Amino acid sequence: MEFLRPATWQEALAAKAEHPTAVPIAGGTDVMVEINFDHRRPDHLLDLNRIAELEEWETGEDTVRLGASVPYSRIMAGLRTELPGLALASHTVASPQIRNRGGVGGNLGTASPAGDAHPALLAGGGAVEAESVRGSRLIPIDDFYTGVKRNALAPDELIRAVHLKKATGPQQFSKVGTRNAMVIAVCAFGIALHPDTRTVRTGIGSAAPTPIRAKAAEEFLAAAMDEAGLWDSGKPVPPAVAKQFADLVSGAANPIDDVRGTATYRRHALGVMARRTLGWTWQQYRDHQGSKSCA
Amino acid sequence: MRVTFTVNGRPQEADDVWEGESLLYVLRERMGLPGSKNACEQGECGSCTVRLDGVPVCSCLVAAGQVQGRRVDTVEGLAGEDGELSAIQQAFVDAGAVQCGFCTPGLLVAADELLEHNPSPSDGDIREALSGNLCRCTGYEKILDAVRLAAARTGQGV
Repeated sequence: MEFLRPATWQEALAAKAEHPTAVPIAGGTDVMVEINFDHRRPDHLLDLNRIAELEEWETGEDTVRLGASVPYSRIMAGLRTELPGLALASHTVASPQIRNRGGVGGNLGTASPAGDAHPALLAGGGAVEAESVRGSRLIPIDDFYTGVKRNALAPDELIRAVHLKKATGPQQFSKVGTRNAMVIAVCAFGIALHPDTRTVRTGIGSAAPTPIRAKAAEEFLAAAMDEAGLWDSGKPVPPAVAKQFADLVSGAANPIDDVRGTATYRRHALGVMARRTLGWTWQQYRDHQGSKSCA
Repeated sequence: MRVTFTVNGRPQEADDVWEGESLLYVLRERMGLPGSKNACEQGECGSCTVRLDGVPVCSCLVAAGQVQGRRVDTVEGLAGEDGELSAIQQAFVDAGAVQCGFCTPGLLVAADELLEHNPSPSDGDIREALSGNLCRCTGYEKILDAVRLAAARTGQGV
């Protein structure tokens, strides 16, 4: 094994081009587990810890460009307003020690359906900035996950950042596990209201071969809310609409039975989380509308 | 490969380090610092917790090569040069927060970092800060007592 220690991003891209099978390591919270347990013996480890810009973010007018290695602990603390769904999801990652090391780039690189960031990324919307010596490209988040632990990266590409739409409305994240800390999701759900486009986006984790959106549920909800004029009136979402939304989220999942839970349980739990998180976000939206009209 | 870094304030060097080796292995097997414990090797238990440039991390998940030129502080660095226990260590002794002792080093490092940033933590703060450290003996109550005790004593000292 060779340990590659590029000092700059350009050096890292050159190293990845020269050794396309090199495994990038940043927080190490996935890669080191595989090495410790003899599940993986890469020819080259490509250490990204010395590249400072990967741990920075830039806030633009409509988006946040989040460096691939910004640790979850800093997302929780510093991006609650711009990326509330991702901040909530970050807080559910493992433990403080893991959140101090792990970041979104690692979740994307590993592309496990159980990665905690994925539902929030899918619900919030955005794109992955992948770069190689050949150039840089933005991969829409909807096209990024291609299979179980597979993603759209080319062998010579590294994840530089994710470009995420700044929240224009409330966002929520919910995760089922056997305890609060240090738990891999049995299943997880993210929701983001986008009042600017009068749409709702969702993300489902740990309940299909890849993280997915529940698109039929999103379309149904947007149409039902539009028809009832809810974005303007701020009235409660009718229980029948919430139930149908929850059923469609359940139906979008394609879960398996495994040690963490059964497919039936996952479908059920997703429906419950969908209904609850819709309720929470809608209440936040109504409160915000209320405070605006008072002012 | 050779890895050079600062451990508990002293420059240290390790030779013939395997490229896939963890910081935990280097500390325990090459530097004679067995305080950080090796249990799960997958970041679940927190018994290998050390501080990397001041930040608590699981040393089993840090590749040795990643600490080149950086600062690592382990449980061995908590007590004074003369062996006098630090406030959090003394509080663990006095509160009876130690049973088998295997989780204790990781808890001490995590609790010490908490009190450094948050001298009077709420119970929620303590639980969250220690949520990455498993203890299979105590049921945690005495550990929480110890952190409260250390916070109270430190507060009185100021």
